Amino acid sequence: MKIETRVHERNLVRWASDKPEVLVFSADLTNSTEIGLFKETYPDRFYSFGMTEQNMMSAAGGMAREGFTPFVHTFAVFMYRRALDQIEMSIAYPNLRVRILGFLPGITTPGGASHQAINDVGILRTVPNMTILETGDATEVESVLDVAHSVDGPVYIRQLRGQIPRLFKEPMKLGKCRVLSEGTDLVLLTSGIMTEEALKITGAIRKRGVSIEHLHISTHKPFHDERVIEALSKTKYGVITMENHTILGGLGSEVAELMAENAIGKRLIRIGLQDTYAHGGSKEYLMRYYCLDAMNLVKAVENLLGEELDITEADLIEPELEEIEKSVKPEDL
Amino acid sequence: MAHQEQDWKDQIKRIANGVRRRVLEFTLRNGGGYLSQACSSAEILSTLYGKIMNLGPSISPRIPLPFAGVPSKNNKDYFTGAGYNGPKEPHLDRFFLSPVHYALVLYAVLVETDRMAPEGLEMFNKDGSSVEMIGADHSPGHELMSGSLGQTLSQVLGIALARKRKGETGKNWVMMSDGEFMIGQTWEAVETLSFYALDSVCVFIDANGQSADGKIETVNQIEPLKSRLESFGAVAVEIDGHNIEQIVEAANVQHVGKPLFVIARTRPYCGIDILEKRAPKFHYVRISNEQEKQELENFLRQRFGGAEK
Repeated sequence: MKIETRVHERNLVRWASDKPEVLVFSADLTNSTEIGLFKETYPDRFYSFGMTEQNMMSAAGGMAREGFTPFVHTFAVFMYRRALDQIEMSIAYPNLRVRILGFLPGITTPGGASHQAINDVGILRTVPNMTILETGDATEVESVLDVAHSVDGPVYIRQLRGQIPRLFKEPMKLGKCRVLSEGTDLVLLTSGIMTEEALKITGAIRKRGVSIEHLHISTHKPFHDERVIEALSKTKYGVITMENHTILGGLGSEVAELMAENAIGKRLIRIGLQDTYAHGGSKEYLMRYYCLDAMNLVKAVENLLGEELDITEADLIEPELEEIEKSVKPEDL
Repeated sequence: MAHQEQDWKDQIKRIANGVRRRVLEFTLRNGGGYLSQACSSAEILSTLYGKIMNLGPSISPRIPLPFAGVPSKNNKDYFTGAGYNGPKEPHLDRFFLSPVHYALVLYAVLVETDRMAPEGLEMFNKDGSSVEMIGADHSPGHELMSGSLGQTLSQVLGIALARKRKGETGKNWVMMSDGEFMIGQTWEAVETLSFYALDSVCVFIDANGQSADGKIETVNQIEPLKSRLESFGAVAVEIDGHNIEQIVEAANVQHVGKPLFVIARTRPYCGIDILEKRAPKFHYVRISNEQEKQELENFLRQRFGGAEK
């Protein structure tokens, strides 16, 4: 597995080179959201707003009304929490082409509860007109910009920064899951950084004879992918979701709603923050402390199957791209 | 020349008079309304529309269209009320009403300046109408979603930055209420307008000293507004908001490289003085008994010669 650094920073500059309508807004977190290089490269297309997130969101709406496409960058919490009314009335209600790049999803920051976006998907999913995307690897961090650009309305991007694995070769597609493995015993749906976490152990689970349909979700809204419904319908033992988010309102809720609406009466185990704020610490520590890690996936599988799998931490592996790709049909990627 | 001078002033006074009369009629008919807002802002809005702003003629239907749905990717019928302020052209001005609780006042101004038919006013606050009580983006003369107070100035900041990028020369006029200067976002917008040296943004503040709870000075501290605005990097002038000569002069104050804020000190009962005894409650004038109704009807008859029809 290849780890890459500051993927968004380089990619945004390259991607925006032939798109003069794309402007970047910053709220005094320019290097922290990887837009320093954009500022250097296109100073005329970079707008500093300082710590005025409410003002910045409304101004982004104003800019979009005049035909530009603002890419608003700051930590997610300072947008969906501090400036929700502005996102709703200045951007979402008028259905404007504003791209909201929210950084530090869930427990990816040691910054503690004030910095950790643990309910952004849940809150923004209730906002009409809003499309919600989440990135889980370097390929998605890059290709999410094209996906967002294809949407004629506001888009929230749950974006990753810093060191990111490259798991996938194919670009992200709007409203389409990635099929990482096929199987009928249970369906595993993961999003964001949880996909990498799950891949550390799904091989070992399969080796114990459990067939897993593993789907990676990058579009939280709209959420009605036929491929997902099909997988949910045919599974034998049940469904597991894994999200770097509270289990209320995010992926777990999306799947629960889809199951209920399609009369799929299977068990559902939601791995995620169990209706709690987190605190400051390393990603590895927080994943373990809040029961988000791969070993908790094993427990969930055992719970659904009603049997012990005899898997230990010694079975954890570093996910390999090759392994992911070989188990999947090319058209599913 | 002196004759022409007098002509435009008479014209503005006629518009302002008509605005007060129409809003009073409505308040009587509805048993209540945002009447004090008409009293305080009649001269500001009438002078903006009648003399100051460089707007083209209305391009919207004289009789407003019914509500056609909120904006969404599937709604092809969606429209805004901006066309009542003329076409969007690079050299033309734009107007944005921030406290859209003043919507009825703006509708009356549109009728008095022949941008909307009087029938439009009849649709006010009727189910299915775009002529809403608290103005929305689809309401005549409106363009933005401003009902959550304090967001308009930031939206206009974005519009002004965009118009600057496009090399447009038209100004962006905003009418605000003084109550909005309690809001943090307003000050974020002022400092950012100043940071970007946006002199294309000109704001008239109806400083009537009133907010929903009553006198602003009993609600929170927004004064001294002029020195606060200046310390945030704006040019601020303070005038009598019922004096149309001062309103025009204020709009012409030099403010190169800075946004302009005109603090128009107004009275929430100006022109309908029998309201004065309602102090300090002016935000929504409710007619709660027959005596109050009679009193206002008598005033309407004596001052304006009765209802128009």
